[in-house]
Parts: sequence; C-alpha cells; structure tokens
Amino acid sequence: MNLEKITLISFGYFEKGLLDKIEKEVEHEFLLPVRLREGHLDLSQFFEPSRRQYDGFRLLKEVDSSFADENDKTLGIFNVDLYIPILTYIFGQAYLNGRAGIASIYRLRNERYGIFKDEKILVSRFRKEVIHELGHTFGLIHCFDPSCVMRSSTYVEDIDQKNHQLCRKCRELLGIQP
Amino acid sequence: MAKKISILIVDDEESVRDSLYNWFIEDGYQVECAENAKTALTMLQSESYHIILADIKMPGMDGLEMLKRIKSLKSDAIVIIMTAFATVDTAVQALKDGAFDYVTKPFDPDDLSHLIRNASKQISLIEENEILKEKVISLENVEDMIGQSEAMQEVFREIESVAQSNASVIITGESGTGKELVAKAIHANSPRKFFPMVSVHCGALTESLLESELFGHEKGAFTGAIYNRKGRFEMADSGTIFLDEIATISPKMQVELLRVLETKSFVRVGGNKEISSDFRVLCATNRDLKSMVEKGLFREDLFYRLNVVNINVPPLRDRVEDIPLLIEYFIKKYCASMNRPPIPVEPSALQRMESYAFPGNIRELENMIERAIVVGNGKKIMLKDLPLAKESVKPTFESLDDLGKKHILAILTKYSWNITVSAKALKLDRVTLYNKIKKYGLTPPK
Repeated sequence: MNLEKITLISFGYFEKGLLDKIEKEVEHEFLLPVRLREGHLDLSQFFEPSRRQYDGFRLLKEVDSSFADENDKTLGIFNVDLYIPILTYIFGQAYLNGRAGIASIYRLRNERYGIFKDEKILVSRFRKEVIHELGHTFGLIHCFDPSCVMRSSTYVEDIDQKNHQLCRKCRELLGIQP
Repeated sequence: MAKKISILIVDDEESVRDSLYNWFIEDGYQVECAENAKTALTMLQSESYHIILADIKMPGMDGLEMLKRIKSLKSDAIVIIMTAFATVDTAVQALKDGAFDYVTKPFDPDDLSHLIRNASKQISLIEENEILKEKVISLENVEDMIGQSEAMQEVFREIESVAQSNASVIITGESGTGKELVAKAIHANSPRKFFPMVSVHCGALTESLLESELFGHEKGAFTGAIYNRKGRFEMADSGTIFLDEIATISPKMQVELLRVLETKSFVRVGGNKEISSDFRVLCATNRDLKSMVEKGLFREDLFYRLNVVNINVPPLRDRVEDIPLLIEYFIKKYCASMNRPPIPVEPSALQRMESYAFPGNIRELENMIERAIVVGNGKKIMLKDLPLAKESVKPTFESLDDLGKKHILAILTKYSWNITVSAKALKLDRVTLYNKIKKYGLTPPK
C-alpha cells in the first residue's frame, strides 16, 4: 500500500472518548497512521423529509469530493439515520477500492431497539463498522468467514457475531502480515 | 461466493442505480446498469447476466414488457421486478410472466441479501442441472463404446452423421457386438436425447404379447388385462424406440409395424381411439434381412422403410487391436464393482485372448473377464483363470465333412483301428463307420 494515512472525519456530536478508541483500533488493524478530525456539513441538504432519514449515497459523494485526499482513505463518521433509495437503512457505505466511505453510529445504539444503553457494545459495534467500511475502500468485498469483520451485516446482531479483526485471507489480500 | 454472479440493474433513477451498484459491488458481484429497458435489451444481446433487477415503472418500455421480451430471447437470466407502488395485480402479473420475485422499494438490506442469495441458489441449480445432463450424455455416449480400430472408428463416424437426422436405422452385427450400445449412442447424440429411449426385445415375446407391448392395451382387451396400459410406441413419444431382433417378428406384426411407421399412429389392443406418437425407430438384427426378403420371410416394403441407414458393427475377431482396450475397460468396471483396485493381465493370458475368435464377441469377453476376476487370485489375471485355457483356441472355418473326417481318423487311431470299439465311441453302427471310412478314403497305418 502506498498510502500515507487514514482520515476519520466526524460530522456531529459523539460520546467523549469514543472516537479516540476507534482511532487506535483502526491504526492497529490497518498498520497506517490514523488522523481524527472534525468536519462541517449542512446535513439538512441531505435530509429526506418523507423518510426522515439522510441520503447516504449523496453523503458519500460529498465526503469523497470535498474531504478525501488522493493518497488517503477517508471515512465520514455520522450520528444520523442513513438510507439509500433502494434500502430502508444502511449502517455505512464506501466506494470499493475508492478513497472514501461513510459510517453511522445511529442504528448501532441499543436504545434504538428498546434495550438498555450499553457503551461497551456501542464502541464494539462502531469499531467493527468503521473497519468494515474502510476495508471496502481498500478493495475488500464481503467475506464468507463468519468471524471476519468484512462479513456482511444487515442487523446489529450480525455485527455482534463477528470479530473486530480482518480474517487471515483478507489480511493477505491487503498485504498485511497475518 | 464460489463464482462471479453478474447482475444487471435497470432503473431510470440514477440514485437507485448507483446505490444498488455500490451495494452489490461490496458483495463481490459483477454489476452493470442500464437506464431504460431498451438499453438493457441491447446489452442482453451481446452479454448474458445471471440476475436482472428491473424497475416496473420506466419511461418508454415498462418492466413487465421488458420481462416478456427477455423471456422471448430465451435468456436464462433471473428477473426480479422492483416497484415503489405495490399492487397485487402487478405482482401476480410479473410472476405469471416469469419473474423470479417481486419486491417493493425500499426494502430491508436483509431482504435484498436473501433475494439475491435465493436467486444465486436457483442459478447454481440450473448450472448443476446442465452439468449433470452433460454427464449423463457422456456416460451414455462413450463409457461403453470402446474401440480404436479403423472398423470401430467408421462406426463412430456413422453414428455421428446419422444421429442428428430422424432417419430409421438398422444396426446389424453378430450377437454380442454391442448393437444396443450403438442405438443408445445414436439416441444420446440426437435432438431427442432428453426424451426416453424405449427398447423392445422382439425375439423374447410371442406375437400377441409383442402386439400388446408395442401398442398397449385397454382394460379388458384380453384375459388378465385388468388395467389400461401404454404401449412402447406411446412411451417413446418425442424419443426413440429400439426394436431388437427385428427379424424375428411375425408376418402379421410386420404389416402392423409398417402401418405404424407410415402413419405414426396406432390403436391400443382392445381400443378404438387412434393414438399419435412422434418416435424415431432404430432396430437391430444379427440376421441377413436382405436375404430374408429374397426368401419371402421379411416384407420388402418394411425392410426399405427401416433400412434408410445401415450400420454394421464388426465382430470382435475383425478388430483384434481393440481387445486390450476392452479388457482394460472391463477390468476397471468389475474391479470397481467389487471394491478392488484394477489388476493387470498376465502376458500369456492376453496373448491367448488376442488369438481367440470370440464367437460370442464382446459379451463373451466381458463375461470371461468378470469370471477371471472372481475366480482369480485377485492380483492379476492369469491364463488358468480363463475358460479357454485348456481349449483349442485357434479359430476353425473347416467344413463339417473335413471336421468329421479328422474326428473319425482320430478315434480310429486312438483305438488302433478296432472298428467295433471305434464305432461305439463314435455312436455309429459298424456299417456306417465302414461307409464313412470308404467315403473319406481313410486307410490304417501300415
């Protein structure tokens, strides 16, 4: 990989310390320096009143065009409910082998499902989601290894089932020492 | 994913196309998009896709019309119709027109995954089915038809050239040469291969049984006919009927057969309804049908109706070079059936088999190998394992008179020309033996 770094850009409010934890884990997983910074966007432009959600595909385009650098992998981190026109919701999305992706913490919270708030689970899910979307930007497709972080997850329960790490095969594809 | 599944997304909304494209790409699918039905149909002419996801409402041609056009192209693609406004009527119509499924936008990510997974399973089944069909054909085709000799190569060429046509074929050859295998190979290479090949051994059935067997019978047609029964001609509809030992059928059956071949229709025994069947006739005989026609034993018109093409299967003695191949094949076949590894053949045993005339042809060779594997030591086939070990194996084509002369001389020599003892051994009376000695000009040694 001839990449310089990974940039995580937060759009909106997040729990104290959460992004710092994620930053370290991402750095550890991809063996690249990770820079964390705040981004500013008028999210109302991306709001779809009829669905009361935010257009994930347009947000992805925006992050790619306005925030991403050529030699970086940039991930926009949001705290809003994302959708794409065809699907009711998404946890995140990325350009396969591109330079940008997005991920949202919104649907990862236990409270959304009528369960007690659990900070530990939230960090664990978000960490997996961030690494998963970044994995796509590195060209990884969904993995069939049930424990691999690149396994497709359509429910939060699916995210809980997998590990935080890339499997041996995915690491080999990225050229990272297993 | 075991293999790359290709998906074509057809939707007039760019955001839908892009978001679906991005979603499927992350799953590792090969994805292409078309903005309308016309473009999609053009793309389908040069490219094939496993799955087509099409919006129902599009400017110009709608999704349902496109679905009909796709089906008329005989494309194997699985079509999934998407719509933002679901109505039962359109869903039913889409499914009636051959859509695999029908989904309402937007759908849950999990539903989309399930949908594609189900479609992928269907694709795997279709492909698996194709592979199995090919395997079945190749099994019928080549497994049992072995021969590198020029004579067999000629037979293979004839099979190939005749298979695609609908012509009747008479397969001639001695008993045990594999005439039925030739018939199977013709059927398996013909456009009728996915329909049945029905075999009838005419020689094994009496006239009335053969009639009932070929044409079927109605309930109560004769004593014991307690149910309606389909005949072999009816069962061979769209396929092939193979009439083995055709020379043995009676003159009455010859007439009936001729009529069926000409009209492709018949009436069941005891019935009055005309039944039509589209079949191809292949028949086999080990007799010389032409000379039977000359002698008035076989109808000339039927002979010419059947004998559009004649394939003659050579006897094994005329293709000695195929014997080692056949031996190897039968050893593999029977060792596998007995869960044993294939065993070699001792050179002297092979030499003996190669010099043997095999009057029973391949059938005899096959039985010989099976027996040798069963009775042998299990390590190799030896000369003593062959039933011809103690026999005179040289082929003989002498006349009966010559053979009789030799045999009588051998007996006389054995009994020192004692006429009484020799006549007893030969089961002849003394006068007959004297006459034969005189006839053959035999003289005692001086």
